[in-house]
Amino acid sequence: MTTVHVDAEGFLTEYDEWTDELAGQLAARIGIELTDEHWKAIRFLRADYPTHGETATLRRVSTLAGIPVKQLFALFPGKPAKKMAYIAGLPKPRGCV
Amino acid sequence: MMKRLVILGGGTAGTVVANKLRRRLSLDEWRITVIDRQRDHLYQPGLLFVPFGGREDLLRPRRRLLRNGVQLLIGEVASVDPERKSVRLFDGDVVGYDYLVIATGTSPRPDQTPGMLGPQWRRSIHDFYTYDGAFALREALQGFTGGRLVVHVVEQPIKCPVAPLEFTFLAEAFFRRREMRDQVELVYVTPLDGAFTKPIASRYLGRLLDERKITVETDFLVERVDAERKTLVSYDEREIDYDLLVTVPLNMGADFVGASGLGDELNYVPVDKHTLQSKANPDIFAVGDANDLPTSKAGSVAHFSSEVFVENFLQYVAGVAMTHRFDGHANCFVETGDGKGLLIDFNYDTEPLPGRFPLGRLGPLSLLRETKANHWGKLAFRWIYWHPLLRGRRLPVPSRMSMSGKHRPDEEVRP
Ligand SMILES: Cc1cc2nc3c(=O)[nH]c(=O)nc-3n(C[C@H](O)[C@H](O)[C@H](O)COP(=O)(O)OP(=O)(O)OC[C@H]3O[C@@H](n4cnc5c(N)ncnc54)[C@H](O)[C@@H]3O)c2cc1C
Repeated sequence: MTTVHVDAEGFLTEYDEWTDELAGQLAARIGIELTDEHWKAIRFLRADYPTHGETATLRRVSTLAGIPVKQLFALFPGKPAKKMAYIAGLPKPRGCV
Repeated sequence: MMKRLVILGGGTAGTVVANKLRRRLSLDEWRITVIDRQRDHLYQPGLLFVPFGGREDLLRPRRRLLRNGVQLLIGEVASVDPERKSVRLFDGDVVGYDYLVIATGTSPRPDQTPGMLGPQWRRSIHDFYTYDGAFALREALQGFTGGRLVVHVVEQPIKCPVAPLEFTFLAEAFFRRREMRDQVELVYVTPLDGAFTKPIASRYLGRLLDERKITVETDFLVERVDAERKTLVSYDEREIDYDLLVTVPLNMGADFVGASGLGDELNYVPVDKHTLQSKANPDIFAVGDANDLPTSKAGSVAHFSSEVFVENFLQYVAGVAMTHRFDGHANCFVETGDGKGLLIDFNYDTEPLPGRFPLGRLGPLSLLRETKANHWGKLAFRWIYWHPLLRGRRLPVPSRMSMSGKHRPDEEVRP
């Protein structure tokens, strides 16, 4: 694996260091094999981040990318918001303050 | 020609902005109009105490809180047309503007969670974020004879993110005072991975919940309420039973924001986080809970950001660059029961830290520590709110956050 910058919890800190291949490796680390459905969510997150300035919430993914929250839970079991951000190489969603 | 500034919403932010700008903009040149759907202004922080029998000085006529020279229009906004620079009300009125401030806040939306609104709403399912809700919950708590009380947050962001925790602490103290604590099981259910969003405060608050024997259920994103079985069901199919549910429903900005193409997926107005200018239209600004700033939705933020906004707005209408920058400053008292409270103070970059406030070593308030002074601070805030704050006078707390008096818990504190 090429070296990339991550924070204490393993989330990438540099947007541009992310690649498709890296996504596959990150996913494998948390026991997920990426299918087209996964990619749809990941691609949305990647595209949304630079315009929005924040990692999209589950609601935002479901409303704007048209993937129901229930399905996000099936694709990224347990903690979908965090797992998606991790694979997409984005900061952990802040959950607001 | 008179210039027209229209402010939608006359709550905390709308009132402060209208009063401050009325003093700074000439009466001969500027007409300032506030539009709100309700005649009375509600002091929302007071709602927290209502379920436990708290005082009821919660409503005041909006007209009296606005300076002379500010016009008040009572009506509900249906849509904004940024092209034509006009606002349409549900009664058909159309109001034109040159500059628009959206200050319509955020509202609880129980209709957004399947099963929440229905025959059990305000019987076994309650909220305290509304006037009627807080009073209905008072009845329910009076009549509660024991069982499982579940305090629940649907989703972030919510206004006053500490309010559900405060409610939980106050409920625990309430049942202890009534000598029925051992008949009540208290559960706190949150979509977050801890008691609060930021790690240090989350640890402090988590410890307090622990000490009071309150169970915390984390990462719980509710899919629906099964009101008949009295159960919360999450998207990952976990279930939590309750006898009495106190929920903070999904909070959303006003529908007209979304309908007018000015909002995000929760109807919050995307703005520049330092100037509060709408990303969609430069003549529109959004202050208070109505915008998408990555800080707390709180009265303190409405107030601090309004101060910055006012200075920038005067520059903007004078045709010069806006030079003031809001830093996300928020501070919130957190009631913890038994006449005590703690205080948190933070901004975009710095999470809540322990220490003293507002004056370095002197305090007199303590950050992230339970004291009686913090409780009295919270109660005193009611007077400050109705008088200097809403009038738009300067308060001794600066709009910019200060690091004076704060320390990271792992850092050594020198005497
Ligand atoms: C229980 C509770 C406790 C709280 N405690 C604290 C606390 O201790 N400290 C703190 O700092 N903050 C606290 N808050 C949060 C604080 O009350 C809000 O953050 C603050 O009021 C935000 O101000 P605002 O002007 O943005 O919105 P609001 O004050 O909510 O005002 C919005 C206004 O817009 C009007 N409006 C909405 N939609 C329309 C429409 N379509 N047409 C016309 N008018 C409309 C409403 O009638 C309302 O008057 C608490 C809130 C709650 C619910």
